Amino acid sequence: MQIPRFWRQIPNRYNLIGVQCENCKKVYFPPRIVCPDCHRLSIGKMKQYKLSDKGVVHSYTVIYEPAEGFENQVPYIMAIIQLEDGPRITAQIVDCNPEEVKIGSRVEMVFRRLGEDGKAGIIYYGYKFALVKTQT
Amino acid sequence: MRDVAIIGIGMTKFGELWEKSFREIGIEAGLRAIEDAKISGDLLDALYVGNMSAGKLIEQEHVSSLILDYSGYSSKHLPAVRVEAASASGGVALYEAYLAVASGMYDFVMVGGAEKMTDVGDAEANRELCSTADNEWESIFGATYASLFAMLARRHMYEYGTTEEQMAHVAVKNHKFASKNPVAHFKNTLTVEQVLTSSPVATPIKTLDCAPVSDGAAAVVLCPWDHARKFCDTPIKIAGVGLATDTIALHSRRDICTMDAVVRASSKAYHMARIGPKEVNLAEVHDCYTIAEIVEIEDLRLVKKGEGGKATAEGQTDIGGKVVVNPSGGLKGRGQPPGAVGIAQVVEIVQQLRGEAKERQVPGANVGITLNIGGTGATAFVSILKREN
Repeated sequence: MQIPRFWRQIPNRYNLIGVQCENCKKVYFPPRIVCPDCHRLSIGKMKQYKLSDKGVVHSYTVIYEPAEGFENQVPYIMAIIQLEDGPRITAQIVDCNPEEVKIGSRVEMVFRRLGEDGKAGIIYYGYKFALVKTQT
Repeated sequence: MRDVAIIGIGMTKFGELWEKSFREIGIEAGLRAIEDAKISGDLLDALYVGNMSAGKLIEQEHVSSLILDYSGYSSKHLPAVRVEAASASGGVALYEAYLAVASGMYDFVMVGGAEKMTDVGDAEANRELCSTADNEWESIFGATYASLFAMLARRHMYEYGTTEEQMAHVAVKNHKFASKNPVAHFKNTLTVEQVLTSSPVATPIKTLDCAPVSDGAAAVVLCPWDHARKFCDTPIKIAGVGLATDTIALHSRRDICTMDAVVRASSKAYHMARIGPKEVNLAEVHDCYTIAEIVEIEDLRLVKKGEGGKATAEGQTDIGGKVVVNPSGGLKGRGQPPGAVGIAQVVEIVQQLRGEAKERQVPGANVGITLNIGGTGATAFVSILKREN
């Protein structure tokens, strides 16, 4: 990936920064330039918004045939996560066995390495998620 | 708007066509369609080409002019348009060509779809398929194309009780049809057991739940309905079309188990054709994964929402059932050259409606529907085709 292409989304991928439409208060992640509900009424009113890093697993899969660059992580868990603030996002779930993940499991964001551009290229960082351990 | 007919169809074999180039398969399908239409190519007013990724896969952009040139018509300087909408490229090309003929702008139009997947390795072909999802917010995190459908499948299982065995039945049925289709990528039949024990790709999706990546091309010739009988004994009418879109990322959909674009596109097509789902005898749907066929037949309202898996396992989508789904073998059995899929689906329905599908002929085929999707359902094209006696 080209450096600017990753660099310009660092705030979003490092800190779950999305946007909120000041017209209808709906929160979006990833950021959008216009609100799909308010359309032109939202122009200039989409403000940065730090999302809660907690959510639940909406669906998940365990990947055995990996995407390029993910070969050494197989098998790895991908999930669609329903965040507390409303949006759903796609991210890995780490630090657990696949059997521990269920639809409805509570998760929270962790900061991890996502990948790299070969041996000498830049390293990408961003969000993954981990199960919230219930206290016993 | 004028009524539009399909008067010619043609396609190549689907599969790993190592010996043929992109332009060769494109021309082969087009020539067959011209021959089938029994018209002179000199009559054509324009060419539309559906293609997903020639730029990446064969490092060749501008394929509209390329195909027209190698068809031998460069000296006529005809308009040629390439359409890209991921794996719905062929369907959307057909939609555009339909509009051009219906509007009266053109009389005779060739619409082709072509893709050459095997000039690159599997990794690159899969990366291309991944790029039809949201590259910056799905693929970068390690999501594969299969994994997105896997998450759709898992949620469908959770909400409706769909099972892996029901999904396997889709593959078994479609391979059975493909084994009778001379142009199919796969000729082998499968058992439910074989599908269930095949190696995991992205759970619950296994190797035999996935359509292959194939090379191939397909083409149709359109003309105004009022001219059609001059060229063809059994012209097939395009009775309805619908094109719709949705969020590019699966996670942003209203409901990840419902393809709202399919619901919308099919509603438009049914309305235009003045028919309902009950009148459809056969369907060609976009079974890139077995779960896709299950969700799509629900969203086309051919079966009740949530009952796609059950209906398939009960044989409701096989010969003798309520509606025959993917008699060509589908993407799963006939093969998946993304840009060609949408046109090949139409080729199959036309053969069936003409009564020329031989061993895989669906008895009493009068009304057929096609559904071609792009990505995980961010684009959906639906056509309803009718035989008019």
